[in-house]
Amino acid sequence: MSQVLFFLTAIGALTGAVGVVMLRNPFYGVLSLAFHLVCLAGLFLLLRAEFVAFVQVVVYAGAVMVLYVFVVAYVGGGQSLPSGAVLRVLGPLFAAGLAAELCIAMLGSALQGIHSRGAPFIQGFGTPAHIGKLLLTTYLFPFEAASILLLVAAVGAVVLARRRRGLEGDESPPITVSAPRPAYTGTMAEAAGVRPAGHEEPMEPEGESVGGPPRTTTQGGW
Amino acid sequence: MALTTFAWLVLLFPLLGTVTIALGHPRLPGRSAGWLATAAIFLSFLFSLATLISLLSRDPTHRQVTSSLWSYDFTAGLDARMQILVDPLSVFMILVVSGVSTLIHLYSVSYMWQDQGYRRYFSYLNYFVFSMLLLVLAGNFILLIVGWAFVGAASYLLISFWYRRTTATRAGLKAFVINVVGDVGLVLGTFFLFRHTGTVGFLKTFHSVHHVFHTNSTDLVAACLLLLVGAFAKSAQFPLHTWLPDAMEGPTPVSALIHAATMVTAGVYLIARMHPLFELAPTAADVGAAIGGFTMVLAATIALVMTDIKRVIAYSTMSQIGYMIMGVSAGAYAAGLFHLMTHAFFKALLFMAAGSIIGAMAGAQSLDRMGGFRKALPFTFACFVIGGLALSGLPPFSGWFSKDDILAFLDHRGGGFLALGIIGYAGAFLTALYTFRMIFRAFFGHAVYEATELEQGHLAHADVPRNPLTGEEEDNDVGFPGPGHFIAEREFPMKLAMGTLAVLATVGGLVQIPGVDSAVERFLEPAFADSRFAHTQVSTGAAWVGLLIGALVAVVGIAIAYRIWVGSPGIAVRARERLAAVYQFLSHRWYVDDVIDLLIVRPALWFGRLVDFVLERVVIGGVVTGGPLGVVRAGSVAVRRVQTGYLRYYAAAMVICMSGIAAYFLVAST
Amino acid sequence: MAIGWYLAVSAIIFCIGAGGVMARRNPLTILLCLELMLNGANLALMAFARMWGGEDGQVFALIVMVVAASEVVVGLGLIVALYRRRLPVDVDELSELHG
Repeated sequence: MSQVLFFLTAIGALTGAVGVVMLRNPFYGVLSLAFHLVCLAGLFLLLRAEFVAFVQVVVYAGAVMVLYVFVVAYVGGGQSLPSGAVLRVLGPLFAAGLAAELCIAMLGSALQGIHSRGAPFIQGFGTPAHIGKLLLTTYLFPFEAASILLLVAAVGAVVLARRRRGLEGDESPPITVSAPRPAYTGTMAEAAGVRPAGHEEPMEPEGESVGGPPRTTTQGGW
Repeated sequence: MALTTFAWLVLLFPLLGTVTIALGHPRLPGRSAGWLATAAIFLSFLFSLATLISLLSRDPTHRQVTSSLWSYDFTAGLDARMQILVDPLSVFMILVVSGVSTLIHLYSVSYMWQDQGYRRYFSYLNYFVFSMLLLVLAGNFILLIVGWAFVGAASYLLISFWYRRTTATRAGLKAFVINVVGDVGLVLGTFFLFRHTGTVGFLKTFHSVHHVFHTNSTDLVAACLLLLVGAFAKSAQFPLHTWLPDAMEGPTPVSALIHAATMVTAGVYLIARMHPLFELAPTAADVGAAIGGFTMVLAATIALVMTDIKRVIAYSTMSQIGYMIMGVSAGAYAAGLFHLMTHAFFKALLFMAAGSIIGAMAGAQSLDRMGGFRKALPFTFACFVIGGLALSGLPPFSGWFSKDDILAFLDHRGGGFLALGIIGYAGAFLTALYTFRMIFRAFFGHAVYEATELEQGHLAHADVPRNPLTGEEEDNDVGFPGPGHFIAEREFPMKLAMGTLAVLATVGGLVQIPGVDSAVERFLEPAFADSRFAHTQVSTGAAWVGLLIGALVAVVGIAIAYRIWVGSPGIAVRARERLAAVYQFLSHRWYVDDVIDLLIVRPALWFGRLVDFVLERVVIGGVVTGGPLGVVRAGSVAVRRVQTGYLRYYAAAMVICMSGIAAYFLVAST
Repeated sequence: MAIGWYLAVSAIIFCIGAGGVMARRNPLTILLCLELMLNGANLALMAFARMWGGEDGQVFALIVMVVAASEVVVGLGLIVALYRRRLPVDVDELSELHG
């Protein structure tokens, strides 16, 4: 049974991978990668790593791919670019060569050192409890370092992608108009219909001018 | 204070003066730099007097004292120290040097006023005095060479003082290059000596020289000849004399100090100091005397036809130094040094007076343009006459006693030296002739425009400042002479200095009258006690005969000069036409300059150009630096092509290399 | 399954990712292929963790995921900035860092 599952998920992962590489539209590529990640999670489950499989689906396929989708939506698929001449052919060839080498290395010679049976299964292998214990004892330093790395990356991304002031001329100083208003307009007194006795002289305008050049006010006109 | 402390202080004050003026020159207004420099040298002179008194208070047999501040080096058997030697010879020299220098500094305070380089001048002049004092006080060869080199440097700095004048800078370079030739001789001579004696201290060398060398051994003769090369370069003797007339491009007080009274006498001092070596190598001493005699005649004949007043006096210096070198090479140490002292007095006086008349002429120096200044410049005229009479050797002036002292000794030694003595009298005749030619032409005869103006009280000014030699236009900014022209009659410091020297030139000879007193000789005796000629005495009678002949020769010379240049001036013109070839030969300075130019200067320049084209550009530029440069450039061009900027190629490169590494490990593990 | 199978799958995924990085021009796609490579490595890590019986490999894989996430964030920020400045979003055009 597990063999069948293995082959199914492996072929799914490989199909997803090929899809990422071959599909023109990066949107479809993102979707293909998401499928690949889910299949990989399946492979992890077959290897008894419950927590990591869970994290893979939630974080990787869930958060990172969603982020990708957002960016692809913003940037756009763009026109389909033809691949560069030489490496279009040679690239996959080199990759195939590397794959062949790795396979020879593993399946040919190095396999002697690999136990095909694996270690005996301990109850709780791969559970969050065990992983958590490891993270907080043996691997505390890498854990903390990874958190700092995340912080740095977040700050860096914000800095990289933010708007720069003045570079594109997005903001222009707001135009201010200090329009003089008659006294007491807009105040409660006006609403109440009260007028001060004999006060006809103009008062200071209370115009709200934010950041604009000060205008010289004319006498009267209040 | 101790004797040697006084001596060190003598050295200290000029050095302090130099450094203070050099570093503090922005804060020295007006003439304060000049007064400061004069005060420094005057203090040095006072301490020289203190050294003298302290030395005299000692027993005559203990009058050679050394003192060292620190030692430089004790390796390989070389005992080099910062050591001075205080003995009668060095005290004599420091007295003369510091005394005359004080007076010349005093003169310069007025003379160099309004020159933009006033402070620089006094810094250089103090530096020169320090170097000269170091030279004469040196107690070992190392310090002597140091002082020698410093003096050469100071001479260069002061000759090309007006550095925007091409003639001055060229003259400075010429003086320096010839000085370097002398330096090489001096250093090589020192090495030759050191190789055998193993020491560089003077006293140790002199004590051991008898054990190490035998008479006229080749190495010793070679060493002494090399030392003579050094002496001749510094004292402007044939064939290294060509720099001295050109050195007149410097300011007149510089000519007075360096090229009359002090630096050019360094060669005489050297031979006198090294007398144990020269006495053990008579061949070298004879060569020295011969060349001294030859230069004396050479210079005297050229001075007869020179028209630039300063060059006449320069050649006269060369001639008189010839006398001194003859004297000390032959063994007349006291006489030669006595003449050094009196010569310092009257030659400095003559140069100062020449500076005064040049000031009256607004910078012009040619005798052709001077005449009839007797009424306009009475004090200067008197100084000229006193100096001229002392130079010609007329009684009772100082030059009479000193010059004939030397000649009497030469006659006494006999043989080849007698011949040199007779040539010396001929030289004395020529000396009187050219000296009074100069005086009669400048002060007698028809008064020129500048003289008549000056009689009415207007000092002449040049509209456009000009180079006195070539006539090209200049200005009065830094690097050229200042606008002021000064004459002795109007400037008190100049008058004071010249007056002091005039008095000294008159009475200075009275310290060594044959048969009456011999102060100089007795004073210098401890220094020359080990000389072969220590007990050679010229009889009083022979000395007085010599003095009378000298006086007679001088009077005849003056009389002939009077007849030619004052009595009937046509004679001079007619003689020049009749002896045109001789005149040509003399006015081209015996063609020595041209010969040196042809034989040495041009080949050196040609060789330099050859080295530039072949060695510098082709070999070094092309092969040595060009080769590796080209290789590196080509390599970097090749490497640069890898950096294409395309991300995908970089990625491909990474993948390929990764595959390569994996393949390697794969293969290696099988 | 024998562990060799998992390792073979991991190697193939990795190499597909590498080929994609070399062959595509859109930086978004290149980033996606980079993710593929990381996932291939993760799978190998998990396989060995199962083989040796300790969870160290799984922790390693977790941290690799964290790193991959940060790298994606920064890379996407770069692409957004590129797009904002109206530069061509094409790695063959962006080649000014050359020698």
